[in-house]
Amino acid sequence: MDYVKLINCMRCGMCLPTCPTYKETFLETASPRGRVALLKKMHDGDLDQSERLLEFLSLCLDCQACASACPCGVNAGELVAEFTCERKTAHGLSFLEQQILHNLVPHPDRLEHSLAPLRLYQRSGLQKLVRTLGVLKMFPKPLERMEGLLPTLPPRPLRREISEVTPAIGTERGTVGFFLGCVMSLIFSDASRATITLLSALGYRVITPRHQVCCGAPHMLSGDLAGLKDAAHHNIDIFGEYPVDFIVTDCGGCGAELKKYRHHLEDDPTAARFSAQIRDISQLLALHGEELRTKMTELPLKVTYHDPCHIAHCQGIRTEPRELLKMIPGISYRELDCADSCCGSAGTYNIAHTDMSDLILSRKLDSIRASGAELVVTSNPGCLLQLKKGLAEQLPDVRLMHLTEVLAQSLATNQ
Amino acid sequence: MNSAFINELSTIVGPQYLLTDRESLAVYGYDSTPELESLPGAVLLPGSKEEVAAIMTLCHGAGICVTPRGSGTNLSGGSLSEGGVVVQTSRLNRILEVDEENLTATVEPGVVTSALHREVESRGLFYPPDPGSMNISTMGGNVAENSGGLRGLKYGVTANYIMGLETVLADGNILRTGGKVVKDVAGYNINPLLVSSEGTLGFFTGITVKLIPKPQGKITMLAHFPVLENAALAVSAIIAAKIIPATLEFLDKVTIRCVEDYAHVGLPLDVDAVLLIEVDGHPVVIAEEAAAVAAICSKHHCSFFQTAKDAGEALKLATARRTALSALARLKPTTILEDATVPRSCIAAMLQVIQDAASKYRLTIGTFGHAGDGNLHPTCLTDERDHDEIARAHAAFEEIFDAAIAMGGTITGEHGVGLAKKKYLPRLVGECGIRTMRGIKHAFDPTGILNPGKVF
Repeated sequence: MDYVKLINCMRCGMCLPTCPTYKETFLETASPRGRVALLKKMHDGDLDQSERLLEFLSLCLDCQACASACPCGVNAGELVAEFTCERKTAHGLSFLEQQILHNLVPHPDRLEHSLAPLRLYQRSGLQKLVRTLGVLKMFPKPLERMEGLLPTLPPRPLRREISEVTPAIGTERGTVGFFLGCVMSLIFSDASRATITLLSALGYRVITPRHQVCCGAPHMLSGDLAGLKDAAHHNIDIFGEYPVDFIVTDCGGCGAELKKYRHHLEDDPTAARFSAQIRDISQLLALHGEELRTKMTELPLKVTYHDPCHIAHCQGIRTEPRELLKMIPGISYRELDCADSCCGSAGTYNIAHTDMSDLILSRKLDSIRASGAELVVTSNPGCLLQLKKGLAEQLPDVRLMHLTEVLAQSLATNQ
Repeated sequence: MNSAFINELSTIVGPQYLLTDRESLAVYGYDSTPELESLPGAVLLPGSKEEVAAIMTLCHGAGICVTPRGSGTNLSGGSLSEGGVVVQTSRLNRILEVDEENLTATVEPGVVTSALHREVESRGLFYPPDPGSMNISTMGGNVAENSGGLRGLKYGVTANYIMGLETVLADGNILRTGGKVVKDVAGYNINPLLVSSEGTLGFFTGITVKLIPKPQGKITMLAHFPVLENAALAVSAIIAAKIIPATLEFLDKVTIRCVEDYAHVGLPLDVDAVLLIEVDGHPVVIAEEAAAVAAICSKHHCSFFQTAKDAGEALKLATARRTALSALARLKPTTILEDATVPRSCIAAMLQVIQDAASKYRLTIGTFGHAGDGNLHPTCLTDERDHDEIARAHAAFEEIFDAAIAMGGTITGEHGVGLAKKKYLPRLVGECGIRTMRGIKHAFDPTGILNPGKVF
């Protein structure tokens, strides 16, 4: 870990009011400033790597809201994640982690098969597998709590359904590669289908390489840097086979990870080029806002937008999704209080820290309630799962959609 | 601190609000002050004023020191404790009342300053003090430090808004001073003594502040000055023209370069100073004032002047000032932010002193701040690992403080004395001043358990 990153923190405290766990506890140990101090003290030898210290650090959601607020450019979330990754790397992977990260995640076919039993029924013996798979942002709660919460899985993963090339509608404007996230393909295939519809409606030929693999975020979380680099090399090579103008993703988590390939593979110029091609779907759609507007028809709905951390804090994208939503005729847009505050999903966080995750979710639901929205829009599968659970329990009349779903719906009514 | 004492603390606040583990104590050993660290003996998060009083009574009896702490954004080491009990106010965070008839608000000490702003502004009212840390600083801390902010020139500082206080004294008794009345000459006026007492005289549990009607409009302006002297003259001329802007902020050349490098807001690199000026009040009046400000700046040879047409543009004009600290803080790991303050008429001379000290001691010091009230923030960019440079920084600041005192100014305008400026206080207030302050401290806290070692 780069020591300068730790001493760059000037302890001004600007991060405190943005940190979801500080807001719930008021504890310095649960604040970004405190976490940086703990890391520094450990580094300086003033504190041991005690169980308690690790527990304090593990409470970090890595939502990186603190990074957005920091005057000095310190990213406490990333520093904690880096520490955790290094520690796990040093300890090596458990047998189960090895099985999942080496034999399952990099092989879409096997990954898809592994969910087949879920599609039929959930078996209690799957719990451990599911927990680990939770790093794919699939499962917001331990299995016994999520039975019935898990969205109805599509009959087949989208990756198997769509053809590799979707032609442009009308005059072809260009070619985009589509990075289809694992969870989007397995669970939210309707949203990714909507993404493809929007792109082709705007005149893009969409290439979805069948042999792309997981972005590598789960490997990073487990400290499997070798696995992460393998995934990165593989995806760079696969997409390199196609002449594309951009590579688009509709998964905030994947987008944030893909943009980091340039750092993961510092010496590889193709990685920098690959990362520079990555666009969140909202970035690309916003480029063609005016054209999109002409194709839209009325959707008389009160709508609000929840910023996924991986989009707002990790990628700095805030205006595009809002502009796109406000473009839909008939929409009454309501800004959410603390819209860019984490929903508590955060990968496996909602499994590891159920109580804290619930507190954070409940704060998010309060602001959704106060906004008076009938529809909540977001664009990350983790948030979709977490909010789906929360809304079902507390605000059953409020609907939830991925950004591309609502935009495509506005187009569909037109057609 | 023995285990019987710890158990009693635990009985008062409940075990989950008592922290004694090594890891927790380690992160309560700092606030926002660079270089300073300590290690408290215990941290408490009481949930009521009764608990605060019980803590004080217990500590008073046991002779254990108590240091109040809000969010730990203090810039003079005021919230540090060596071996004592730190009492954090975060859970005492209720806005108890907004009294629209008497124009007052009563809050608990842990209320975050901007939360009070939001609450009163939603009712068309206004609480002006706006310290830079207002999104996290607490009202208790603001009162203890007499916090200022950007609006100080026109609206004054925290002290100007404190009407009533409820204070737990060192022995656990509760003192109530002032209230909601504008006129009150019954006995000694104790509130001003408690405001800026830096946690050494008592622990606030209730704060009643004065509110005013929210200004109806605001006009934001930005001016560039190729010559520093002209910017200073323009500031004096604006005030001489009987215009009191709500904001009159200044950025120097070093800060301008850093801001431009970092944020690319389009500042020219050949100007010596930038002024951000805001007038607020009745729309007709501020339109006249804005026109007069434009004329004054132009007369003093500004190279660029812009008046924001709407809120969006105003935000854009304010970007340079808003990003000043970020832009500076990113350059080097350690940022020493000072707040020497001089009479407004001495600003140009003070800036010269700062520049001279920076070049004499081979330091990068960017200066920005509140030109309208003479409160500047010379910000030294350094690296805590470079002991030689840190020593030079302290030497430079010593010269800056001495110059401020010589000009009739002060060593600290809004950050407090705490631990960081103890050494300089006698130079400012003299032996008689220190003796008087000690007498007051003794009257409130004869055994010296409240935030010991701070101020003097």
